[in-house]
Amino acid sequence: MAKASFPGGIHPPERKALSTRAPLVRAPLPRRVMLPLTQHIGAPAEPLVNVGQRVRTGEVIARAQGMISANVHASITGIVSAIEEHPVPHPSAAVGECRALCIVIDGESGNADEGHGELKQKDEWLRMPPLDWRSSDDATLIARLRESGVVGLGGAGFPSAVKAQVRQRHAIDTLIVNAAECEPYITADDMALRTYANDIIEGARLFARLAGAERILVGIEDNKPEAIGALRQVLKNQPDDGMLLVTLKEVATRYPSGGERQLVQLLTNREVPSLGLPADVGVLCHNPGTLLAALRAVRDGEPLISRIVTLTGEALARPGNVEARIGTPMHELLAFAGLQPERLAKLIMGGPMMGVTLDSTALPLVKTGNCLIAATSEELPPTPPEQPCIRCGACETACPASLLPQQLYWFSKGREHDKAELFNLFDCIECEACAYVCPSHIPLVQYYRASKNEIHAREHEAHRAEHARHRFEFRQARLAREEAEKQAKRQARSRQLKKPPPATSQPAGDDLQAQIKKLRIAQAAARAAVKKAEKTLARVSEPGQSGATDLDDLETQLATARENLQATDARLAAAQAQVQGTATNDQDTQPR
Amino acid sequence: MLDPLTDILLAIAALLGMAAVFGALLGFAGRYFKVEGDPVVERIDDLLPQTQCGQCGYPGCKPYAEAISQGDEINKCPPGGEATIIALADLLGRDVKPLDGDTQAEPLVAYIREDECIGCTKCIQACPVDAILGAAKFMHTVIIDECTGCDLCIEPCPVDCIDMLPRPRQDALIVSDRQPIGHISGASVYG
Repeated sequence: MAKASFPGGIHPPERKALSTRAPLVRAPLPRRVMLPLTQHIGAPAEPLVNVGQRVRTGEVIARAQGMISANVHASITGIVSAIEEHPVPHPSAAVGECRALCIVIDGESGNADEGHGELKQKDEWLRMPPLDWRSSDDATLIARLRESGVVGLGGAGFPSAVKAQVRQRHAIDTLIVNAAECEPYITADDMALRTYANDIIEGARLFARLAGAERILVGIEDNKPEAIGALRQVLKNQPDDGMLLVTLKEVATRYPSGGERQLVQLLTNREVPSLGLPADVGVLCHNPGTLLAALRAVRDGEPLISRIVTLTGEALARPGNVEARIGTPMHELLAFAGLQPERLAKLIMGGPMMGVTLDSTALPLVKTGNCLIAATSEELPPTPPEQPCIRCGACETACPASLLPQQLYWFSKGREHDKAELFNLFDCIECEACAYVCPSHIPLVQYYRASKNEIHAREHEAHRAEHARHRFEFRQARLAREEAEKQAKRQARSRQLKKPPPATSQPAGDDLQAQIKKLRIAQAAARAAVKKAEKTLARVSEPGQSGATDLDDLETQLATARENLQATDARLAAAQAQVQGTATNDQDTQPR
Repeated sequence: MLDPLTDILLAIAALLGMAAVFGALLGFAGRYFKVEGDPVVERIDDLLPQTQCGQCGYPGCKPYAEAISQGDEINKCPPGGEATIIALADLLGRDVKPLDGDTQAEPLVAYIREDECIGCTKCIQACPVDAILGAAKFMHTVIIDECTGCDLCIEPCPVDCIDMLPRPRQDALIVSDRQPIGHISGASVYG
């Protein structure tokens, strides 16, 4: 095999040692949690609880809505005190803060005698029954993943239950555990592997079975020797599990080797197609944290209510990794790590490359929050002002997706979005490598993001227009049908009165015949149109096909075709009755 | 060797023969591969915003598309605005013209002040996309997601209880633009 690699990449300072000195610990239980209903990609969950209701740790408090969504669970025991909008970090980490509906739970104090005189917070669990994944069938496991609200903890927050059903549409041969963790500062996966290597490999086996993969590759950067050692130990001790081959693959440290596409290319030498998914080349990627959460959900019946988060930065006295409950206010976590508020210049969720700057420390920890960096002003100084592009081409050397960042920049700046799209704007993974190397300090990725947003908005408008047109056409067809039926009834009534319809509107016999013929053709065409619409609808409404909005439009189209058919039917019937009517009239008159 | 006259006659005969063959071919193709409707109209219609508002003077977007294909001006669509005019000019190879009428700053939708509605159903009949729900002597309301903001319902309302208000944002999340993160100090060069 040729040496697999991806183009470009950068070597920013790692700064990982800051948070790996202390062992992984549990953060204290928060007194109050804020649980946003949108901590995942897809539709927001629907609240199931009322204000004032008592909930136990692990209880479902909001249920997934639609195909791509995830349940939200209470992460502490207490009383729901509010369901209201709060600023929260956005789940996809690419957009920063936003406001979203949150369920707020106030913790409940336990009895004084339980905690040696000290008032200890209650933590009463509601667990699901444990499952043995080796003896359970796929449907049970997927249902369990769906029930426990597990989403991709690496940053995107894609519901894992949906990803586990990948088999329905793709043939998967390789499952990749993405432990590269290439961004500076972040060590959550590193610490998770050091502490729970066994469980993570077990979780990988679970997902490999669900996906039907034949081998598991663990991709890890060579700057994590302890985690690699722990993994080696586990793989040595574990019995060989039938056909499944687990291989540890060390990769050279280079940003962004942890990008899904880049890691796939590094480990398997397969290139994920433009706008495609790793599943298109038979690969599925999972973050170690996700695997751990999934295994806990299945084996222990614990829903996703906590995660490992890195607390780091030079404004913290005791940086490290903690296992914290979802919804914990960030200031509590930072205080636990010894925040020195006077030194804090910038708070970042995620890594320094792709993370987002947060304006407030009052935001809750969400499922996708893998790292909090409390940086001092010397550590991450503000970006120097943007200077004109000097066309040095450094960005092109750094781009891991082989794009032309400079071209994209000109197109985005000139608002030539369609040209940017032609230059594969949507293959940009927004890794910021280009902005990092830019000597003019141009925030390139922000230009791309603005461009992408505009293109999406335009597509959305086009979709709306299409939808409105279908509804308009349906209305026109309905009005035409009503008119035709009215006309037919009117004619029938006038025939009953034995009075021939007004001479002006009655065509001569030959004309009538020609008209009937024409109507017959129209009727056949309308019938064909209905059939065609029915077929398209049936094809698209098969499980796993595209979104509900398309279905909606197709249903409207079908209804329109039916209206047209009914209208021609009515017209034809009227014309035929008229022919018969004139024929009988003729018979009546002829003998005389 | 043939004399020049025969040469000329042969050439004429050959050309006539070819003309006949190709003529027959074209006639055949024209008959059997006939496209129903005018494809240009469809493409123009695709570019129009489909509000069916009639501000162009035609009873809907399709009729206006037909009129454009017959040579009408391309600048009569206020909901589409400049973007639509540019797209149409691009498609038809015409010059971009300033919009005929007032530009719409932002997309609007109709709201019925529900306690004032008398349930006359007149707006329901006027709505081109069936976006108003209600029955005689019952309160009506607008399905916001379906409303195209054409304001055709305002005119027929006898009690003037319909307002055009800005369309609410589609997504529930109001996204703030991402802040740039500073350069990491002591940066090494890419490799």
